[in-house]
Amino acid sequence: MTEPAVWLRDLHKSFGSTHILKGISLDIPAGQVVCILGGSGSGKTTLLRCIAQLETAERGLIVMNGEILGQQEHKGRMVRRNAHDIARQRRKAGMVFQRFNLFPHMTALQNIMEGPVQVQKRLATDVKQEALALLDRVGLAHRADHYPAQLSGGQQQRVAIARALALKPSVMLFDEPTSALDPESVGDVLAVMQDVAASGVTMLVVTHELAFARQVADRILFMDNGIILEDAPTTDFFTTPREDRTKAFLSAVLGHRPQQETCKEITP
Amino acid sequence: MSIPASFITKNDASHYLALPAGRRVAWGHLTSGIFLLLLLAWIIHAFAVGQIAWSYVGQFLFVPAILRGVSATLLMAVCAMGLGMFAGLFLALGRLSSSWLPRVVSGIYVWLFRGVPVILQLLIWFNLALIFPHIMIPGVGTMRTVDLMTPFLSALLGLGLNQAAYIAEIFRAGFQSVDIGQYEAASAIGMTRFKAMKRIILPQAFRTVIPPLGNEFINMIKLTSLASIIQYPEVLHNAENIYYANTRVIELLIVAGFWYLLAVTVMSPLQHLLERHFAKGKR
Repeated sequence: MTEPAVWLRDLHKSFGSTHILKGISLDIPAGQVVCILGGSGSGKTTLLRCIAQLETAERGLIVMNGEILGQQEHKGRMVRRNAHDIARQRRKAGMVFQRFNLFPHMTALQNIMEGPVQVQKRLATDVKQEALALLDRVGLAHRADHYPAQLSGGQQQRVAIARALALKPSVMLFDEPTSALDPESVGDVLAVMQDVAASGVTMLVVTHELAFARQVADRILFMDNGIILEDAPTTDFFTTPREDRTKAFLSAVLGHRPQQETCKEITP
Repeated sequence: MSIPASFITKNDASHYLALPAGRRVAWGHLTSGIFLLLLLAWIIHAFAVGQIAWSYVGQFLFVPAILRGVSATLLMAVCAMGLGMFAGLFLALGRLSSSWLPRVVSGIYVWLFRGVPVILQLLIWFNLALIFPHIMIPGVGTMRTVDLMTPFLSALLGLGLNQAAYIAEIFRAGFQSVDIGQYEAASAIGMTRFKAMKRIILPQAFRTVIPPLGNEFINMIKLTSLASIIQYPEVLHNAENIYYANTRVIELLIVAGFWYLLAVTVMSPLQHLLERHFAKGKR
């Protein structure tokens, strides 16, 4: 069996006295699309932010492409990596934020080119062609010279996905990418994510879009109170959930949101 | 039940709609306006007939000593502002640092330099030789402090380092106005802290910082007049030197005032241009 693209062992994270992640262990094979579900405060966003190295876990290992993230062995101890190393590692994981976080003083095109040109030191002329192709892929070729303030939420999020893809990451991390959007834009963003999933990139998606999870994910993680309560292939998760907490969550969420409605929006 | 005489019925609509628009006489505005105009006329008249020889004002407006003073004023304002911005940037970063030592050092600096009058700071720099008769500069050698602390350098340090304390607070507010998500997005695409600062955070912080910085620069132009007391040959100092000789005090003060006003007036459109440049992407 090949090594997983990402694996975690005994990951712990606290904020002050609140224990958010209580020992997460996990293997994600390359190319797998994983959706992380769970109630608020279950630790799903924190888990994603630890993998993106926006938070530092106090215990445990995160390994991506065979490299320990954020720390290294030095004279028989585990020490934190230097800032330059961490910046290099972060490039391997593309992060998409709930609130887009586009750079407001740059156009859509400049946002996408910023990473490859400024961080990877690649030639602007080469990068521009790729960036335009990425904009076309997310359906926004005609918005290349627009500033974020001139774009709708859904358009901004699609530019943000293109910005993350521009660094050719081996793993894409999505932190509730549609939670801040109006219902009309959700479908466009999910369609782009579906396209990314189909291209074979390993994906971790924290989401509340059950219809999306059901349709696109290979595997569902259900988090509750800082642990992974249920970890199952997508079909099994929705048809035969094991845990009572999972069943309660599913019936509560599905009860309020008929799945056909959101399904219709994703199918192109 | 009686209907009041002013009761409007639907039949009256056409009558009112046909009336042309008129203008209410604002008696309050009119009287206060007339009063202000009279006051203004009186002040202008007073200055016109007062003991001011206006021909002297015109005569001294462009003499070389005054023009040299103007350029010295502007040079000092630009240099001191540059020093203030440079030092202020680091102070602001120190203030926002995650470790306590830079925070405390910046805090003490701001407290000290904002708490002591500028004129006193200028005098201390100018008289530094009384504390340290000799100064060792690595690579240059030892110098007598009196030779080193020229009026220019004393004024630059006094005005610039004092300004840094104020600019630090402006920059701090600027940095804090940038959303935390911008720092995260910058690091997510693999930027180091320095690169994120330069490419992402500073351009956005500048947007909020330019109007107050413009005000600080205007203040600085006027503040340079204080350097006249430590013999820095700026415009007020040179005007004073002239009136010590010819006793045309008010005329030369008006000459100096004219140049300060002109410099400050030119600043406003410049500030506007800068604001426009950094407002990129703002709707």
